[in-house]
Amino acid sequence: MSVLVITEQRDGAFRKVSYEALSEGKRVADALGVSLTAVVLGDGVEGIAAEAGKYGAEKILVADAPELREYTVDACTNVLAAIIEKEGPAAIIMGASVQGKELAARLAARLNAGLAMDCIDLRVDGGDLIATRPIYGGKVLAEVALSGAPQIAAIRPNAMTVTETAAAGVIETADVAVGETRIRFIEKTVDTGKADLTEADVIVSGGRGMGGEDFSALEEMAGLLDGAVGASRSAVDEGWRPHADQVGQTGKVVSPSLYIACGISGAIQHLAGMSSSRVIVAVNKDADAPIFAKADYGVVGDLFELVPAITEEVRKIKG
Amino acid sequence: MDILVLLKQVPATESLITIADDGKRVNTDNAKWVINPYDEFAVEEALQIKKAHGGTVTVISVGNDKTVEALRTGLAMGADRAVLINDPATADCDGLGIARILAAAIRDMSCDVIIAGQRAVDDDNYLVGAAVAEFLNIPHISMVVKEEITDGTIRCHQSIDGGTSLLEAPLPVLFTTQRGLNEPRYASLPGIMKAKKKPIDTRTLADIGLDAGEIAPRARIIEMKLPPERTGGRIIEGDSAQAKAAALVRALREEAKVI
Repeated sequence: MSVLVITEQRDGAFRKVSYEALSEGKRVADALGVSLTAVVLGDGVEGIAAEAGKYGAEKILVADAPELREYTVDACTNVLAAIIEKEGPAAIIMGASVQGKELAARLAARLNAGLAMDCIDLRVDGGDLIATRPIYGGKVLAEVALSGAPQIAAIRPNAMTVTETAAAGVIETADVAVGETRIRFIEKTVDTGKADLTEADVIVSGGRGMGGEDFSALEEMAGLLDGAVGASRSAVDEGWRPHADQVGQTGKVVSPSLYIACGISGAIQHLAGMSSSRVIVAVNKDADAPIFAKADYGVVGDLFELVPAITEEVRKIKG
Repeated sequence: MDILVLLKQVPATESLITIADDGKRVNTDNAKWVINPYDEFAVEEALQIKKAHGGTVTVISVGNDKTVEALRTGLAMGADRAVLINDPATADCDGLGIARILAAAIRDMSCDVIIAGQRAVDDDNYLVGAAVAEFLNIPHISMVVKEEITDGTIRCHQSIDGGTSLLEAPLPVLFTTQRGLNEPRYASLPGIMKAKKKPIDTRTLADIGLDAGEIAPRARIIEMKLPPERTGGRIIEGDSAQAKAAALVRALREEAKVI
């Protein structure tokens, strides 16, 4: 028996959520008293596979094939289902990135496996996984008990602690049964210079108070803090920011260490989507804005003066 | 072209959510019920595909007597047919169970394209669309912001972490929606009047050849709680923007230790 962690790499580098999934996988494996196996899929990924050992994987299965150069859900489902059938893991842990979510869903259906999506906490009870996951866009936390085997938990990026171990894993080559596939990858456009909202440790978000599409002051602050820029629904509806930047119940639910809300009054859907941030700062000229009731630090005033001033202060520290 | 839309009725996102006494459900007595916002994009896209290629649009849902309202809204927007699987045995289903039911109901229908919301904004499962596609053994493409169908092939722009990708698949296909795909229309008054007369094809599990054992949940909610209540912290005072900024950054660095 084992716990299997499905890692995610993009263009030859592990995504941060993979380290979180491996660390959480190790904790679950220890609780179940079984070993941890990692799977690395891609083309030419042998070089990065060993890194999975640093987070507790005793065995690292490398599924390496040209057909896996670009991720498609059907090829990866076929390859992983064959590996899982052979390995017979008790539990499968993976990251709930955009890609991870669709893969977890398709695998759950293929394997008839109980699935908990977007988990922020996992524990083991009598050999089964109990997952805590936000629902209703973060307004409610549900404890979900999985049953049967295997059980799949897809963990929310940024929610689990990364723990390095001194160990190293044994690397094995896995069979790559790509099988029949019908989805053809054509191309992708990824802005690698931008931290993704769901993975960012710092998010600077703008709302209606921004008054227009010039978010350069927020971009500058986020850049200095190695963070990402988000937006409220109002700002997206106005066409100031792309849909992908929206934080809230109909956008992304995020959990950064630091969330700075600029010119956002604090609609219930937005508050739910960012309330699991560790520290919330609100900058707003309306002292009665609901967001101040949820923020750890509130600054009342004109954001067009305050944001550059805050950026300047951060710059002094960062040198 | 036969187009199916998987539709779910959910409490509106502006609803205040409280937890029922048994701690396993939310109170929905006072909720305003709506079509899941991501499913509205699905209905709209279905209508646009029908306009471009001809055919029929069928909305399908697993639910109860109340769900009829959401299906009627779908019909009022312009869908041709509505199917409701209404059976008390579905009440405790997990996402996989719901997907099994939908797949069983769809199996006998002719369909070229199935459209689903990327997720329902109540249980946030991100599961049903992909699982229905798997059970029907057809490809699925998630989080679509733009699509185009030509000669039995669909080309989709898919929203991925940090960008977009372009994918192609043969029909029949299932895809799920992302904001930006379209602007859902409102139901027109004539549409609403017409929808009232359209029948809702209602079926039980037995009608679609399933028994309750086949949809036993593998994921069960055992407890719900509200997230820890955040209370307002402190308002940073200062004589000028510079003074407030300095005090804030000092607090973030020394107290909160996040910078």
